Amino acid sequence: MANKDSVRYTVLFATAVCVVCALLVAVSAVALAPRQEANARQYMQKNVLLAAGLIEPGSDTSDAELRQIFQQRIEVRLVDLAAGQLVPADRIDAAGFDQRRARNDPAQSRAAPANRAGIARVPNYGVVYFVKPKSGSGPVEQVVLAIEGLAMWGTAYGFIALAPDGNTVQGLAFYDQKETPGLGGEISNPKWQALWRGRKAFDEQWQPRLAVIKGSAGPPDSDPHHVDGLSGATITSNAITRLVQFWLSDEGYGRWLKNFRTTNGGQA
Amino acid sequence: MAATWFGRTERQALLTPIVDNNPIAVQVLGICSALAVTTRMDKALVMGLGVILVTALANFAVSMVRNHTPGSIRIIVQLSIIASLVIVVDQILRATLYELSLELSVYVGLIITNCIVMGRAEGYAMNNPPWPSLLDGIGNGLGYALLLLVVAFAREILGAGKVFGVTILPLAKDGGWYEPNGLMLLAPSALFLVALIIWLLRTLKPSLQEKD
Repeated sequence: MANKDSVRYTVLFATAVCVVCALLVAVSAVALAPRQEANARQYMQKNVLLAAGLIEPGSDTSDAELRQIFQQRIEVRLVDLAAGQLVPADRIDAAGFDQRRARNDPAQSRAAPANRAGIARVPNYGVVYFVKPKSGSGPVEQVVLAIEGLAMWGTAYGFIALAPDGNTVQGLAFYDQKETPGLGGEISNPKWQALWRGRKAFDEQWQPRLAVIKGSAGPPDSDPHHVDGLSGATITSNAITRLVQFWLSDEGYGRWLKNFRTTNGGQA
Repeated sequence: MAATWFGRTERQALLTPIVDNNPIAVQVLGICSALAVTTRMDKALVMGLGVILVTALANFAVSMVRNHTPGSIRIIVQLSIIASLVIVVDQILRATLYELSLELSVYVGLIITNCIVMGRAEGYAMNNPPWPSLLDGIGNGLGYALLLLVVAFAREILGAGKVFGVTILPLAKDGGWYEPNGLMLLAPSALFLVALIIWLLRTLKPSLQEKD
């Protein structure tokens, strides 16, 4: 073998190690991607159910049960955000609609107006999940909206569930976020998420008022628009306020929510 | 043949790190993740398996190329191998145990910085053939996993009344009798527990105590 410590040998050796390592990482990433995506999708659906309170956080629900509950209780529909109208179910397959992909596709999205939630593009269609009653027929019990926005370390993705009045929060969940574990990462903590239940999203003039405040908020009856802040995570807390208010505003689901609450949960 | 494949050196490489030379309790390495992932036994088990896999394969690979590695870049070569293996373990976790991988979050990635892995690569695999290096890696991974499981057992049963998520001590708030110790769910409790284990080991094996 050539001199082991020569520059030429060292560079060649380093290149060989890099190529082998890169190959190993690339093969594992590509080979496992389909299963990871299926897992991520399932986890997203689980969070729709968590936001709606159909399953308890920390409960042992099997994948098959989750799929069954989702199929039984959830109807996925699309909303034309600008028009505030439901898109007819036969026009686009709502269950297969990928809002994150649509938002990045210029043909399916538009530039967002100036906002403080760090949202650059808004999809033309937003996903809504109607929660149907257990009996199968009757008025919609809740509606779950997809929300997202820039927090401290990256985009946080989640869901907010509203009662048929389009105002009372039924639950909140984040399924993909990159906040500091233990600080901002507590937005994934079910105990904190439970504080949102019963709060009111809008004030009397139907302006989005729901906000995460510094310190603790009162009970929902006396302090309907506020949620306890997360200590050590002011930036994340403020970001959550902004992104929730953005999606409740007319730029997000606001226009459609107006139609929704006047028909009191009736479906178009 | 069996004797040469699994002789004294090999047995020692595999077994001494489990108790006699435990990486956490005796060498006091890898403490960071021992605090973070021991609130529940399932987390500790998965993390332990991940570290066993990484230390074993990293030791094996580093030992395979040890006679060809230029001395000037040996550390970064070891690090590249370890980092690649950690990414592979992370990918496998996300494909199989998705929710657990979310809870382990950064700590799987942080196996890269776990001193045990690099310590064994530099301290053992660079000077020994692949087979004993593989065993040494498995042994050290086992030692790490064992300690994690012991700490996690104490934390989960005292903090939540459960073992592997199965209720053993019914909690008072669920109509049982056990009032859980909340401190056990916080990181400092792991420090106390690790310290107690170190104390116990040193008392039982006076040879571990430094002469001063």
